[in-house]
Amino acid sequence: MLIVEGLRTKAGGPLGLALGGGEIVALRGPSGAGKSLLLRAIADLDPAAGEVSLGGTPRASIAAPEWRRRVAYVPAESGWWDDRVGAHFPAGGGSESNRIAELIEALGLDPAALGWEVRRLSTGERHRLAIARALVREPEVWLFDEPTAALDAEAASLVEAVIRKGRARGAAILLVTHDDAQAARLADRTLTMADGCLVAREGAG
Amino acid sequence: MSDYLVLSYWDVALAAVFLILNAGLSLWLQLGLARQMLVAGLRMVVQLLAVGLVLKAVFAVASPLVTFGLALVMVVFAGREIWARQERRMRGPWGPGLGAGAMTLAAGVVIVFALTQQIGADPWWSPRYALPLFGMILGNTMTGVSLGLDTLSTGLWRESAAVEARLLLGATRWEATRPFARRAMRSGMTPIINSMAATGVISLPGMMTGQILSGVDPGEAVKYQLLIIFLIAGATGLGVVLSITGGIWRLTDERHRLRLDRLGGERG
Repeated sequence: MLIVEGLRTKAGGPLGLALGGGEIVALRGPSGAGKSLLLRAIADLDPAAGEVSLGGTPRASIAAPEWRRRVAYVPAESGWWDDRVGAHFPAGGGSESNRIAELIEALGLDPAALGWEVRRLSTGERHRLAIARALVREPEVWLFDEPTAALDAEAASLVEAVIRKGRARGAAILLVTHDDAQAARLADRTLTMADGCLVAREGAG
Repeated sequence: MSDYLVLSYWDVALAAVFLILNAGLSLWLQLGLARQMLVAGLRMVVQLLAVGLVLKAVFAVASPLVTFGLALVMVVFAGREIWARQERRMRGPWGPGLGAGAMTLAAGVVIVFALTQQIGADPWWSPRYALPLFGMILGNTMTGVSLGLDTLSTGLWRESAAVEARLLLGATRWEATRPFARRAMRSGMTPIINSMAATGVISLPGMMTGQILSGVDPGEAVKYQLLIIFLIAGATGLGVVLSITGGIWRLTDERHRLRLDRLGGERG
């Protein structure tokens, strides 16, 4: 579904990869190998040479805001631009509201969390809310940078369940993780990065 | 203006007695300000005497070329000042160009409008009216633009995670930077708004005071002062909006990415 060819980031390259729908791929490698830069480049946050396409449509022919709604990237550190949690979620009612409530419950958060102030959230709550707001619009591709690093075991297993559910619904999921056990639990295959390049295409799932 | 009281140079020198007294006090209390105070005082004397001579000559010549030349010199100095006041400057020609360009455009439109529509001097560019008015408009626009641009670039730099979070959820570059644009515009406009609110109650504006001292009827002086403050506020607002819009344009790109790589490092 997502095809990356000849991508060059500040960490190096070129690199290519293909993510299929309904697939979880773990991305591993030492710190500084360029994993986060790769996710940023796919999300089109940094200018990078190379071809990226989604379902056969080149990225350049899709407007950037639409691209990022379809290819959701959740960075390791979440950013917040308003004092209130609710302001970071779409205001539209109906199916979107239901989806927000569903995600908040699935991630083990208090349903009242939308009314809270961002500065009173714990790191783990922040991260789970950042995952929830990224998934409201049901993106086709999920790019997660260490989605459970800031979480306790219970919250981490809830996030893993959400990721599995995403796969079942047909999302293509690329996840950076330093946790071998997590990669083994979740991923259908593993990619390893070093010095900005992919060094091993296939690994134990 | 028959009741204008001419000052002699001796009167002026006598007024400096208190400054020298302050310098002496600083020496006595070891504040280390005496030297600075005297140098600043001397600089002011030299600069103002020179400006007086230049203006006298320019008024006498009354040539459009000389008038516009002097206006250009003022623009260059003010543009440099905007650039110097930025904590983080944009790389390349945008660094000095954006602030100076926005300021010049805003101040230029407003001064031409004022000279041709309200002042009505003949010719409209008559240096006696054009240059002092342009100076006041330019100086205030400069302050607004430099504050606004500085607030924008430091805000985007410090809170890039918030901007990118919004972009990642599908916001356009204008939506994602709106809180920062608002903050920057507010900080650029606050000085002139505050001074409008305080004028006449807390302070009498310098220009009006000057006109009253030179024998103009206070009612007439007030009209001139209102005119100039309206012009200043108009030019400042226009300059701030132009520079902030241009700043966001430059610090993001057509793929709605935040481009902090176009911003230089912090000046040490």
